[in-house]
Amino acid sequence: MPATDDGQKAQRFREAALPYLDDVYTLARYLLRDASDAEDAVQECYLRALKHFDSYRGPAMKPWLFAILRNVCNAEYARRAHRPSAIEDTPGADEQTPLWQETEASPETEVLRSRDAGAIRKLIDALAEPFKETFVLREINNLSYREIAEAVGAPVGTVMSRLARARAMLRAAWRAEEEQAK
Amino acid sequence: MTCDEARILLHALLDNELDAGHAREVEAHIASCPACAAELAAQREMQRMLADADLRYAAPASLRSRIEASLPQPQRQQPTRRSVLRGFAMGSAVSALAATGIVAVVLRQDDQQRILSEVVSAHLRSLQAGHLTDVVSTDQHTVKPWFNGKLDVAPPVIDLTAQGFTLVGGRLDYIDARAIGAVVYRRRQHVINLFVSQTASTEHRQPKTQTMQGFNCRRWGNRGLNFWAVSDLGADELAEFVDKFEAAMKANVEG
Repeated sequence: MPATDDGQKAQRFREAALPYLDDVYTLARYLLRDASDAEDAVQECYLRALKHFDSYRGPAMKPWLFAILRNVCNAEYARRAHRPSAIEDTPGADEQTPLWQETEASPETEVLRSRDAGAIRKLIDALAEPFKETFVLREINNLSYREIAEAVGAPVGTVMSRLARARAMLRAAWRAEEEQAK
Repeated sequence: MTCDEARILLHALLDNELDAGHAREVEAHIASCPACAAELAAQREMQRMLADADLRYAAPASLRSRIEASLPQPQRQQPTRRSVLRGFAMGSAVSALAATGIVAVVLRQDDQQRILSEVVSAHLRSLQAGHLTDVVSTDQHTVKPWFNGKLDVAPPVIDLTAQGFTLVGGRLDYIDARAIGAVVYRRRQHVINLFVSQTASTEHRQPKTQTMQGFNCRRWGNRGLNFWAVSDLGADELAEFVDKFEAAMKANVEG
């Protein structure tokens, strides 16, 4: 009976995909920087994932869900671009460049002061794409380089250099805030 | 190995992503290069601080239940009302005919109950900080165009400030796994969410008030649209809102 098949498929999907709800939601929050947009994106992601669950061949569920979420988020970016009252855009690469250069110039050994989660989230939020995405996938979602490459559809080498750049930018921004606080 | 190469590979070293051969190469470079050694130490320090902070977000329970609700239900061990009726329907042609009618009625009510609970959840969600509106305006000529292109059907946006209900803005929401428009009004400190979706039926459906989780929900259908007005306002004031809205809409259509 088709209804039973649907029910069984949904049950398998539930067991395979729902345990990663927090992971998917976390990525959505960082990518979209808005709680309700993130909720909508995650729900859409799960709807699409269920629809394509038949064609899912593994191996890992998490990168597969992330890849779907990225597509949903890209649609959301496009929607925001058409909306005059859009929340601030992701800072362009131009704005980030000075921070990156500053890293080179300043002493490397200076120790960062530890910050609370809220402050760190803000620093991460301010990172430019595609560096933020790579950073969140590695540092917060704990994906391996190969899984990140799979989720974002880029070679492992690209993942590696994006991650290096993201960490350098984050550290520079972290330190720039400390400088300002002085 | 150059410093430029090491600056990238030391991250892979940090993440345990290098095979033994490459790891040795990077370590050898770092042992002979104080600048790269300092960079590795600094990145390791930052990674430790990141690991100490809780940077993950927990998905809200409402989102979890919204997704659960959108999944087809697995077949349960005990016969459901549906399968009982289906069995009954197979009995004879006559009872099959009768049963189909019952199945349709039973399912429709279940459906409506589910949608009502989704509407109330959406209302609750909208009351959380920062969720109420996507577009903030007391001007119907700002709110209405904002919906265009975001939905299959743009909800009617009517300014009822003169009638005592202030237009606050609009929002996209999800009901029954579909994007629909919500127009937000306020009376005193009470928020009214007016959800609007398209329906195949063009018949007029009389307004009916139901209560769920302490919220009043008044539902009606008109001109191919379904409306749900949800608020913590009293039933009489919510009915007043619906009457004023319908009257203004009628005037709009005829004027």
